[in-house]
Amino acid sequence: MTHVLELQGITKRFPGVIANDQVSIALREGKILALLGENGAGKTTLMNILYGLYKPDEGQILVRGKAVDIQDPNDAIKNGIGMVHQHFMLVPVMTVTENVMLGVEPTKNGVFLDQAKVARRIREISDQYGLEVDPFAYIKDLPVGIQQRVEIIKVLYRQADILILDEPTAVLTPQEVDGLFKILQTLIEKGKSIIFITHKLKEVMHAADDITVIRLGKVVGSIDPKDATPEKLATMMVGRDVNLVVDKKPAQPKEAALVVDDLFVRDENENPAVRGVSFEVRKGEVLGVAGVQGNGQTELVYALTGLLPVEEGKIQLLGQPIHNANPRTILERGVSHVPEDRQRHGLILSFPIHDNLMLCTYYKSPFARGVVLQEKAIFSNAEELVEQYDVRTPNIYVNVGTLSGGNQQKVIIARELSRPTELLIAAQPTRGLDVGSIEYIHKQIIKKRDDGAGVMVVSSELDEILALSDRIAVMYKGRIMEILDAKKASKEYLGLLMAGIHPSETSNPQQEINL
Amino acid sequence: MSATVPPSKKTETKKAGAALGQALLVPSLAVVTGLLIGAIVIVASGASVTKAYGALFAGSFGNPINFFSALQVLFSSGDSAPLLKAIYPFTESLVTATPYIFAGLSVAVGFRCGLFNIGAEGQFFVGALCSAFVGYSLKGLPMLIHLPLALLGGALGGGIWGMIPGYLKARFGAHEVVNTIMMNWIAFKFSDWLLNGPMKASGFRPVTPNIEASAELPRFFADPLRFNLGFFLALLFAYLVYWFLFKTTLGFEIRSVGANPDAAKYAGMNIIKNFVLVMAISGGLAGLAGSAQVLGVDHWVGQGFSAGYGFDAIALALLGKSHPFGVVLAALLFGFLRSGATNMQSMAGIPIDIISIIQGLIIVFIAAPDIIRWLYRIRSLKTEETVLTRGWGK
Repeated sequence: MTHVLELQGITKRFPGVIANDQVSIALREGKILALLGENGAGKTTLMNILYGLYKPDEGQILVRGKAVDIQDPNDAIKNGIGMVHQHFMLVPVMTVTENVMLGVEPTKNGVFLDQAKVARRIREISDQYGLEVDPFAYIKDLPVGIQQRVEIIKVLYRQADILILDEPTAVLTPQEVDGLFKILQTLIEKGKSIIFITHKLKEVMHAADDITVIRLGKVVGSIDPKDATPEKLATMMVGRDVNLVVDKKPAQPKEAALVVDDLFVRDENENPAVRGVSFEVRKGEVLGVAGVQGNGQTELVYALTGLLPVEEGKIQLLGQPIHNANPRTILERGVSHVPEDRQRHGLILSFPIHDNLMLCTYYKSPFARGVVLQEKAIFSNAEELVEQYDVRTPNIYVNVGTLSGGNQQKVIIARELSRPTELLIAAQPTRGLDVGSIEYIHKQIIKKRDDGAGVMVVSSELDEILALSDRIAVMYKGRIMEILDAKKASKEYLGLLMAGIHPSETSNPQQEINL
Repeated sequence: MSATVPPSKKTETKKAGAALGQALLVPSLAVVTGLLIGAIVIVASGASVTKAYGALFAGSFGNPINFFSALQVLFSSGDSAPLLKAIYPFTESLVTATPYIFAGLSVAVGFRCGLFNIGAEGQFFVGALCSAFVGYSLKGLPMLIHLPLALLGGALGGGIWGMIPGYLKARFGAHEVVNTIMMNWIAFKFSDWLLNGPMKASGFRPVTPNIEASAELPRFFADPLRFNLGFFLALLFAYLVYWFLFKTTLGFEIRSVGANPDAAKYAGMNIIKNFVLVMAISGGLAGLAGSAQVLGVDHWVGQGFSAGYGFDAIALALLGKSHPFGVVLAALLFGFLRSGATNMQSMAGIPIDIISIIQGLIIVFIAAPDIIRWLYRIRSLKTEETVLTRGWGK
């Protein structure tokens, strides 16, 4: 069997860590290889080596059996290797054609750009691989799924036949994910070979021909998707048995903790983001807010927590109005907030763990007496929480920025959940975290619900919404499409709502999704 | 993840020691490298390095041989004059360092909150004028009242001068860099008018009258030694600033706003209030630098009184990594260099500007530590990056 691409014994050391330790993987011609591993397992480092962004300390790369030296991305492209990055590398104010030709601009008469030629080539590629896109549309007007197609076209335009996709499904709706998998299937039918990096278990089983699992920079093993189960893959990824289902009793909802009435909020650029939203969160229940990123969930949470002003509408916490109150007032009324962007809002990375664990209550007893900070109380609080919430750190004095993403999130969870809480608002509480941390944080959120707090979980991961919620609200373009009982919700139904389609109102939803 | 053994107390102290060593290593090497390159410049200009740096050392620390022989004289005959002469260069360096400490603290406090106070120069001037005014206009007060009043005047004057740009930023979002520069010019031109008009002493020169003796910072030795209480006051304020920044809730807020304003807002802190407070404190410290100079050394204020202390303060805060104790060390270094430079010029004929070159080099090396790390092959420890200021967008 021919391997179109092989990595042999790749080792890459960074000061203090080995990111890749003797990693060997092989990609069969015309197949999809899924590279599965937790965040920080070394997947992305490995792909950056392959793409010439890093140089390996040891090991070699073979393309079609021949050792190649890849110094930079140009070498990678020359060898037919193309990469679709997790964060798209597109210029929003330019057209599809302009983005595709960027860096390899063909000219007429030596000076004039030959856009027509590129557009023709884009149409050919579109037809050949089923990647429909208008070459003259502006990137900023295209939905994320289509932007990803443009990224793939860019790679194909440069005549790559080995495609690397880094976490390609992170930003897509379930329907868009299906669309992507169809495209990948077409690509391999036309002779391309694909490496597909992910930490999502179900996707791999669905789409891959081979699965290689990486943990802590080493290859744990390879497995045939036919033999794989989510539990088996999770165990390989994490190195121990993982409980993928959150154990929870039925909710016992009581009186309303939060009532939101016809809320309008503008985002930081003054554009309307939340456009007439009403709902309530009752004590003892979890309301999941689902939706593709950028449909107003972020601004909704900011308005609830005082980080953005309310333009119109009312917010009541336990019967008291809190719209346009400042964050401290809201916090003191018993709202805990696990923010969406943990490094921007949740933590001060250059401060030690112990300071981050009292970030919201530093001015109160026992952390302060008058204006004087009480270090003893601050330290003992930190020691306690680090122990209780299983934050993996050498000590409480290191800067929180030195911790892994999962442990940073645990610091926030510890701080926010250790306060007496009437309402917990958790936005993307497990984004980018490994399976082990997700399991832990989900348990803590459910525990807070069972202790009688109202809980609102905002997530773009449907699995997370379904695992945690008692009721589910789906947001689309700043409005709530529907609020439904979690027991009655299916992934497919939610997926349609997330795409802005009310299943009862349209007979042929598929057409609209593909745009 | 492998099981982590809890580190013993001993290894922890060792680690802290290593971190401190690392923190001091780059600045020390920056100083050494600055002096080495300065030596090359001296050679290139055709002078003797040993003579130049010998004069620099003698000018800043004094001659150790003279010191010991002076001690012998003191013990054998009880005559203290030679000893005073021997310690003169050293005490003069401390005198020079005193306003540097205050001014460096001023800029460092701003940096800690993410604010760039370029206006220390103007605040220094206003502080000096206010102290001088309190010093010469009030008469017949006991020192215990007059001196604190004069200091307070300087702190208030500088504080208000700093608070105005702070308020403009908080209220209207006007960038503090622009406003503090503008406030500098207002201070310079306004003081020109004052020194030629309302505050002018009798005579031809545009200077204030001498302050009353009761407003002077007491000197420890007879003339010509100008070493005075101001130096210890500066050290006291360095400790106070340290305590304020690191041990109080107000300091915690300031540092949080500086390190991550979004997180500070999330935690319920009032960012705008902190901007005004910090600019007032920063201005007050710069004002005290002026007070220390006028009450301790000059006893009057004339045109061009400040001589760039406020601008050197930016370098000091950078060199001291915005930490009060680091600022003290940096100010001492500048004090010794400046004070020795005068001697170097007169003894070795090396222009005083060479010190500006050396200072400039040191600042470049501190601002771009990778040059030093590359030169000496130091592996960088991932340590905290001190946020100085943010761009124009915020």
